[in-house]
Amino acid sequence: MTWAAILVTSAGCYLLKLAGLLVPRAWLEQPVVARVAALLPIALLAALAAVQAFAVGSRLVLDARLAGVAAGVVALLFRAPFLVVVFVAAGTAAAVRALG
Amino acid sequence: MTETWQEVSGSVLRTALVVGVATGTYGLSFGALATSSGLTVTQACALSVLTFTGGSQFALIGVIAAGGNVASGSASAILLGARNLLYGARLAAPLQLTGWRRLVGAHVVIDESTAVALAAEDRGDRAARLGFWATGLAVFALWNLATLIGAIAGTAIGDPRDYGLDAAVPAAFIALVAPRLRTLPAWLTAAAAAAVALAVVPAVPSGVPVLLAALVPVFAVLVFKERAQ
Repeated sequence: MTWAAILVTSAGCYLLKLAGLLVPRAWLEQPVVARVAALLPIALLAALAAVQAFAVGSRLVLDARLAGVAAGVVALLFRAPFLVVVFVAAGTAAAVRALG
Repeated sequence: MTETWQEVSGSVLRTALVVGVATGTYGLSFGALATSSGLTVTQACALSVLTFTGGSQFALIGVIAAGGNVASGSASAILLGARNLLYGARLAAPLQLTGWRRLVGAHVVIDESTAVALAAEDRGDRAARLGFWATGLAVFALWNLATLIGAIAGTAIGDPRDYGLDAAVPAAFIALVAPRLRTLPAWLTAAAAAAVALAVVPAVPSGVPVLLAALVPVFAVLVFKERAQ
């Protein structure tokens, strides 16, 4: 039963990924569709980052993560390289947690 | 001042590696949780190799752990994978994949490869393609290695949170999306999508808030279209 669930889930997830790459170009080039498609990854990734920063299961929590993400954003505003942004976020969260 | 391809590719590869390490390490958590949910080590590894999309994997083992209906667990796990379809539709043009490359590339259409590809796109489609493949392969290798270690060692290996990775991953996504936020519609879309997702977190299962945020660009385009007329 578990193996069936693993294989069905994997097949379904793969077909969804492939379907995205197979969407006809002409369809994507319609003006309204093109504008929605251009904004979609921005919306999904912004929502993902927000959920990762604030959610624990179905609760919203303010904890050391937020301090880390905020420090990363400050580094970003100071035009720090990507690697620095990520390390500042990780280091701040780990430090706040160790002190708390 | 124009960057050479060597500079561009070096920068894109470093980003891919950092993203691969930060998110791949979460495979430790997945592997440990999968085996404590009743999966064998082989089953945990099979999920990471074959399904390879974290949100869906965690959703499925959550249902199995709770003793829920496995068929509906599969259905909701697949539903959560729908965001990869939306990523694929956006990536199809810059990636220009055909034949076997499209069949292989589809498997690594995930949050991380999309984010790095789009951040690199300003430096050309070639940089976007490198970002997509490098990130997809880095996350695939490290996520699967970490799943195996987590599944065998359980919770004995520390928690990714001890190293602040729970802050590093969202910070990485923010940094990768930031270059796309130069226009007002893009900025408002990102802010509204984050707000919508957080607002529904208490009301819907994990993974669904991000999917619901996909409605924001649909409304945004309709509203800005009205205003433009």
